[in-house]
Amino acid sequence: MSRIAATFHTLSQNNRKALIPFITAGDPEPTMTVLLMHELVSVGADIIELGVPFSDPMADGPTIQRSYERALKNHVGLKDVLEMVAEFRRTNTVTPVVLMGYANPVEVMGYQRFAVRAKECGVDAVLTVDYPPEECEEWLENLKQKKIDAIFLLSPTTPQTRIQQIAKRAQGFVYYVSLKGVTGAAHFDLREVANKLADIRSYVSIPIGVGFGIHDDVTASAVAELADAVVVGSRIIEVIEKSAKEDVLMNVSNLVKSLRNAIDKVSIKHRTAGIKR
Amino acid sequence: MAKVYDFPDMHGHFGSYGGVFVAETLITALDELRVQYEHYRNDVDFQAEYAYELKSYVGRPSPIYHAKRWSAYLGGAQILLKREDLNHTGAHKINNTIGQALLAKRMGKPRVIAETGAGQHGVAAATVAARYGMECVVYMGSEDMKRQETNVYRIKLLGATVVPVDSGSRTLKDALNEAMRDWVTNVEETFYIIGTVAGPHPYPMMVRDFQAIIGREAKIQMQEEYGRQPDTLIACVGGGSNAIGLFFPYIEDKNVNMIGVEAAGLGIKTGKHAATLLTGKPGVLHGNRTYLIQDEDGQIIETHSISAGLDYPGVGPEHAWLKDTNRAQYVAITDDEALAAFHMMCCYEGIIPALESSHALAYAAKLAPTLDKEKLLLVNLSGRGDKDIDIVAQAASIIS
Repeated sequence: MSRIAATFHTLSQNNRKALIPFITAGDPEPTMTVLLMHELVSVGADIIELGVPFSDPMADGPTIQRSYERALKNHVGLKDVLEMVAEFRRTNTVTPVVLMGYANPVEVMGYQRFAVRAKECGVDAVLTVDYPPEECEEWLENLKQKKIDAIFLLSPTTPQTRIQQIAKRAQGFVYYVSLKGVTGAAHFDLREVANKLADIRSYVSIPIGVGFGIHDDVTASAVAELADAVVVGSRIIEVIEKSAKEDVLMNVSNLVKSLRNAIDKVSIKHRTAGIKR
Repeated sequence: MAKVYDFPDMHGHFGSYGGVFVAETLITALDELRVQYEHYRNDVDFQAEYAYELKSYVGRPSPIYHAKRWSAYLGGAQILLKREDLNHTGAHKINNTIGQALLAKRMGKPRVIAETGAGQHGVAAATVAARYGMECVVYMGSEDMKRQETNVYRIKLLGATVVPVDSGSRTLKDALNEAMRDWVTNVEETFYIIGTVAGPHPYPMMVRDFQAIIGREAKIQMQEEYGRQPDTLIACVGGGSNAIGLFFPYIEDKNVNMIGVEAAGLGIKTGKHAATLLTGKPGVLHGNRTYLIQDEDGQIIETHSISAGLDYPGVGPEHAWLKDTNRAQYVAITDDEALAAFHMMCCYEGIIPALESSHALAYAAKLAPTLDKEKLLLVNLSGRGDKDIDIVAQAASIIS
């Protein structure tokens, strides 16, 4: 069983939902990334999403773009990100790591070279924002050979026929973009998310993560009611951005702890309800 | 029988270039656009309205003008100019914005957005939005806004909103990122009018089709006025829409050479240029696979050109294909060479050309003296240079 499948298996046995924090590799400093990853795990992250900095992040909002710009100022590229994962793996062989990024850095590195190196470093899955399924057959083939999961996005505008097509290719978990817009946007319609997730569940058998727009305990627990995993990105990046360097670890840690509690309350509530029944 | 040129394929691919490399959120909008465009491109009423607008509002056909004095001075081939600078709003850009605005109207989208570099596309988009009564938002890099103040004012006069873009290099590529973000967020009521032959499918094909009026007219005019077709076509290439517009109807005419002129900026060796096809490597940006100016990590590098309209690290995927198949040749011209051609055009022909178009003129000035007097070079004079006079004045005082 892959690390991701094992993680979701354990979670569901304990009736818990996954918390997936996102950080950008190299932000605020390259030396802090692995420390942050371990810290995230120690306060309750189930899976870590690690952003690969890119100069033109078209699908991201200003917060994540700024974090990419800080990382690029530190000259952090895809190769460095892979090194960071390898370093993380020296002391953590359990927590899945998902790389999230854009197509061009892997186009330049080459599909096969990336897949080989990513496997060696301990990457579990890759979400490439601008590789929709119809443009990446060869890419998927290379990932498959190395047993790296390809994670796909589904959006509020994805029609049913397309959800079915993506469901055939999706591995690990699917990532539902909960709103129209870029990462970090504010508006969020819970009922719309609930309806769409019900739709997706009828075609997708792997876990569903929800991200974009989850910015506090309330939204996190609301999403945990509906989905298998809660992805939080821009909110964490905001805390990193606003913190003095010596406080980054502590402030991120407090935020994620609080999100973890909010999500777990939901699971516990469900468990109690289940027992009553 | 020779294979007919029928690119892109149904997925928007020109060989390995082009395609639809966007986040899932945009896929449905692009599908809708593709289906609607496929329908209207063959719709008689749509094409009739488009043709009428080009004639009555833009002032087409644009003439072909023989630059006799300049040709005589250069002492070689005859230089003919396709006068896109005489179009309403002063450049070829409006051929495309009218087409896309008519499509937006038929698709029931009350709001249009656009990205702009030099401001010409922004002006053309704001113009048609006013013409058809649509809300218009133009994204422009804050660096470009400084360089092209007059166009910013022009866009505002036309009732559109200009949104300054402060991310990245604060130029065209960043404006494009920002416009895409707007589109993702407001996808249901918004039509994104892309200004060049880049972006995800169907944009490179659609913009090409709307700009191909340039080459189609030229073919008829050349036959009527000169009894034959030109030996060589020359056009500047940033994203590449004016060049594709001229080239496309000639692709099957193998005896007509096609030369695209990129911006060599301060010189290729200085690294401060925008010569994507000459120096770049294939990659994925802004929804398509094409040549890109990038570093070894795949990060997009800031480009430089005296002309904001050529200052772009990518290039339309069809140009990438034409380069690889050797159907078109690509060369580069420096800021200084473009400026020299700008001044020559002013003094010998009484035409103030856009700095973008001056790159094409500068290459014609290099090529013409090497050819005999019977040869015909058709240069796309894609825009007029009124917008550039401050930059030229500044450069002239630095030089002299």
